[in-house]
Amino acid sequence: MKLLLPRFLTMLLLILVGSSGAVRAATLSISCGAVGVEMRLCRQGVEAWAKQTGNQVKVVATPNSSTERFALYQQILASHSSDIDILQIDVVWPGTLAPHLVDLSQYIGKDATKQFFPALIANDTVNGKLVALPWFTNAGVLYYRKDLLKKYHAQPPATWQQLTDTARRIQNAERKAGNPRMYGFVFQAKGYEGLTCDALEWIDSFGGGTLIDADGKVTVDNPRAVAALQLARSWIGDIAPRGVLNYDEEESRGVFQSGNAVFMRNWPYAWALGNAKDSPIRGKIGVIAVPAGGTDGHQTGTLGGWQLAVSRYSQHPELAADLVRYLTSYAEQKRRALAGSYNPAIPALYRDHDVLAAVPFFGTLYTTFEHAVARPSRIAGSKYARVSAEFYYTVHDVLSGKIAAAPALATLQQKLTRLSRGGQWR
Amino acid sequence: MSTHASRLTRQRVRSAWLFLAPVLVVLALVAGWPLLKTIGYGFTDASLIDPASAKFIGLDNFSYLLLDSHWWAAVWNTTVFAVVSVALETVLGLVIALALNAQFPGRGGLRAAILIPWAIPTVVSAQMWSWMFNDVFGVINHMLLALHLISHPIAWLASPDTALLSIILVDVWKTTPFMALLLLAGLQMLPQECFESARVDGVHPLKVFFRITLPLLKPALTVAIIFRLLDALRMFDLVYVMSGNSRDTMSMSVYARQQLIDFGDLGFGSAAATMIFAIIALFTAVYLTVARVGRER
Repeated sequence: MKLLLPRFLTMLLLILVGSSGAVRAATLSISCGAVGVEMRLCRQGVEAWAKQTGNQVKVVATPNSSTERFALYQQILASHSSDIDILQIDVVWPGTLAPHLVDLSQYIGKDATKQFFPALIANDTVNGKLVALPWFTNAGVLYYRKDLLKKYHAQPPATWQQLTDTARRIQNAERKAGNPRMYGFVFQAKGYEGLTCDALEWIDSFGGGTLIDADGKVTVDNPRAVAALQLARSWIGDIAPRGVLNYDEEESRGVFQSGNAVFMRNWPYAWALGNAKDSPIRGKIGVIAVPAGGTDGHQTGTLGGWQLAVSRYSQHPELAADLVRYLTSYAEQKRRALAGSYNPAIPALYRDHDVLAAVPFFGTLYTTFEHAVARPSRIAGSKYARVSAEFYYTVHDVLSGKIAAAPALATLQQKLTRLSRGGQWR
Repeated sequence: MSTHASRLTRQRVRSAWLFLAPVLVVLALVAGWPLLKTIGYGFTDASLIDPASAKFIGLDNFSYLLLDSHWWAAVWNTTVFAVVSVALETVLGLVIALALNAQFPGRGGLRAAILIPWAIPTVVSAQMWSWMFNDVFGVINHMLLALHLISHPIAWLASPDTALLSIILVDVWKTTPFMALLLLAGLQMLPQECFESARVDGVHPLKVFFRITLPLLKPALTVAIIFRLLDALRMFDLVYVMSGNSRDTMSMSVYARQQLIDFGDLGFGSAAATMIFAIIALFTAVYLTVARVGRER
């Protein structure tokens, strides 16, 4: 039985290869996301490369939910399967998946990484190995209602305090004017990865660090982080509806897009949908960077986005790396920015006239993407999911008023330190 | 004569096993093997990303699990969910079944119509309900506010007090039709003679229900309740769609999935899954024993 199977597969392969006529050409498979126009853009890019090089590429459909996709990848890689050559991976996965990925620097020139955002290349480099190349990036941004701010003579907020004051003022005035369902600010505070992104922005904007520093030391218990969470706690039931504690991206967009919120924290994808033909707030939306906290804080945005990596179990790692190089190239990222408003991972494209004409807010948001703050996934490695869960559960408890910010972060500090085995993380 | 009979019996037994064999083999492959594998992983430190390097660690996973307060919170949530939702579904299902058992025009259409909630895939109805429960644009708050039953919108799924209650309500909405159908089938099997003689004797309808219908319906009721309880104890989709990994509503299955998939801890997640299996098996055994004792009396 065991001997028969490989023979059968070889036969099958021979028949397939023979019938296709292309004896020396290889067949690669790539997994792409299928959210919106993603699949179509991926297929077009892949086919262009296939035509150029005379190889064949299969596009494999994977689940849309990133958690499900992560589980699938883990199972495929754990079984050392060569079914998928090229994986589209989330910005927080390189740390976990690195042992199963090819070091791309041996296939592409050293200089090839220079065109990308350095933060992304740093994120994709694990223990000196370049395990992925950035395909498109993402960062948390702040949406606001241009019309409402103009009506009440308010400026787009540069700090959280300004946002809190403006949101409360407009919310109360609008409610008095006969819109009882108006809220000041919506964001993602359900207990999931999205809350990790939001809360990291609050803490980072106050200068409170990124939970774990570059050396692996847990830093989350500090006065600035406490101040950030205290401010966020004060929003619940005031400028933010209590229900925000169960909102993900889509539910906050539901409130904002139905015209019931002044501000919203979300990812860039909400821009296209908010300006769609059937949107009640079409043309009334402004986008700025997530505000700064405290007196010496800075504007920020949590880093998101997707990378392309090559599986260690691929039969054709060199060809696969070439396809990755092609898909992440300047020309291809420009095509994707024009056709699907995907944020390029290449700084030069944010100065490209065609790109700026198609998606104007890329220009104003450039600094946000450049200085996006990364979640501590690289340092925490395979324990990142646990770190993130402990963090969002803690923040959720603080926001829902179960525990005060200071003791909550002290407990979290202990938990994470224990999880890291004294800052080792391995 | 007797040897002949026993040979026939033996032959029958043999052919019975022969006919059952394919099913048993399939069951062993698709149910038994994964179950054994899961139980086995429960005693190791296997990770999802690299199961091959698993080491045997004895009962460590189980002792850690039994000390984890979040696990016990999940057990508690699941128990509350199972007991409350199945109790409500049984009572409501029985009322609906009795109503549908009566003769009236349009009965067939109504029977089909009440099955609609059951026919909608759980993920779809859970998502639909979580939008309806939304505190700002949800229709439930809108209606309650319009009727002046509440003065402020309630964040149904966000506050710990109402989240589990909301999930139970959705489950009752979804599963009562199924319960009603099972009980209706039971009602239609009942012998009509008892009811006729009760009618002749002029017994009060309430007394008929408690003295005749309910005792006769008991076997059907027992089966329906055990079906639903087993289902409710491994409840996953409603909770996961409506409130994700929130610890206020987390069920045992959500807990196991988070450990196994999100955290990639194959060993610990398998230990949790094994515990769920053990709890449900124990529950079934106790329930069936009690039910059998009740019937024999």
